[in-house]
Amino acid sequence: MSPHDHHHHDHGEPGLGEHHHIHSKLPSDPALRVKALESLLTEKGLVDPATIDAWVETYESKIGPRIGARVVARAWVDSEFKRRLLADATKTLDEIDLLGNQGQHMVAVENTPQLHNMVVCTLCSCYPLPLLGLPPSWYKSAPYRSRVVIDPRGVLKEFGVELPAETKIRVWDSTAEVRYLVVPQRPNGSDGMSEEQLAALVTRDSMIGTGLVSLT
Amino acid sequence: MNGIHDLGGMHGMGPIAPEKEGEEPLWHAPWEARMFGMRRGGTLPPGYNIDRWRHVRELIPPDLYLQRSYYDHWCMSYFAALLDGGWATEEEIASGHAAPGSAKRNDAMRPDQVGQAQKTGGRFARALDTPPLFAIGQRVRTRNINPTGHTRLPRYVRGKVGIVQLHHGGHVFPDSNAHKAGEAPQHLYTVAFPFRELWGPDASAVDEACADLWESYLEPA
Repeated sequence: MSPHDHHHHDHGEPGLGEHHHIHSKLPSDPALRVKALESLLTEKGLVDPATIDAWVETYESKIGPRIGARVVARAWVDSEFKRRLLADATKTLDEIDLLGNQGQHMVAVENTPQLHNMVVCTLCSCYPLPLLGLPPSWYKSAPYRSRVVIDPRGVLKEFGVELPAETKIRVWDSTAEVRYLVVPQRPNGSDGMSEEQLAALVTRDSMIGTGLVSLT
Repeated sequence: MNGIHDLGGMHGMGPIAPEKEGEEPLWHAPWEARMFGMRRGGTLPPGYNIDRWRHVRELIPPDLYLQRSYYDHWCMSYFAALLDGGWATEEEIASGHAAPGSAKRNDAMRPDQVGQAQKTGGRFARALDTPPLFAIGQRVRTRNINPTGHTRLPRYVRGKVGIVQLHHGGHVFPDSNAHKAGEAPQHLYTVAFPFRELWGPDASAVDEACADLWESYLEPA
């Protein structure tokens, strides 16, 4: 070690030091911690509070799971679109301007009676934001992230879903910058429904793989 | 690093107890929304790409990682990044205010830039001159590596045999990019592992887990 290395932020590598040094100095209430961060960043010119508002507004009112639901409904009624979506989701979604941050490299996977797909990020909480909006809390939680890759059927039970033992479950762990969209099975009895009516049936959970789509 | 963030396959984390879809709020407290917007719209020190950001989050002490919620992780990580990057002192962090006379930047993201940032942010595919070493359908074994820095090879798939399911072309290599060592792109594959390979003979004979893995994580099997 050079004489300079004892300062944790001198050697260019993050270490345990940063968190240990500061966590005891921060307010114990997360609301106050975040308030302190916002005032510090604002005073240093590192964030514009109006930009924070704009990001929040974007995900409150523009980007959410209805976008993914419309993609699924279109795949159900338009077999050529479905073929292209499953073959190259990145290109197909780019053509309809649905790629975006945390969803530039997309793969769509189709559920069938033989195969049920589920999506997780065991290492952090990667999620296809441009199609599904912000992930629910449970998706980011330690119980879901730890269990779904070893006990997916037990996880499904918590969501009220039981699959036949012979149906293969394939869990996609989003360990890179590829994001996965599950195309759930179209429910029986939906033959006469319009694309718009079908989109209204598609739940967020069905596009993660923790739910099925039903008529009710 | 073999950290607390690498949760796949762990027991004892309790029930998921999901809030019912459509009934859970987008934010569970107003500060979560502020933190989300700050992360998306805030400036980070040089070298703070997505990979270094994830690594700093992994470095949250394990007890705090499990006790504190997602956006709180972001808050702790942002403070740690400021300290790591030399952009704030411990005193400034403790006070929540910039020291008198400290430098102030004027290049923060503006509200009118948010739409474009949402559309264009986060592209990680890179052209490679080298052909892929592995083909779809090929059997591969993950290397048993235990780097102390950032890696995206989860513990539960190390040393396991799987089948290449997809090839994604070249992607930025997080193990390098997180440590200011360049993007060093490599071929990226999705590898499918049968549950019995991962979890032994008592596991399901049909189920499998896939992970997206860079070429240097893999060897022929």
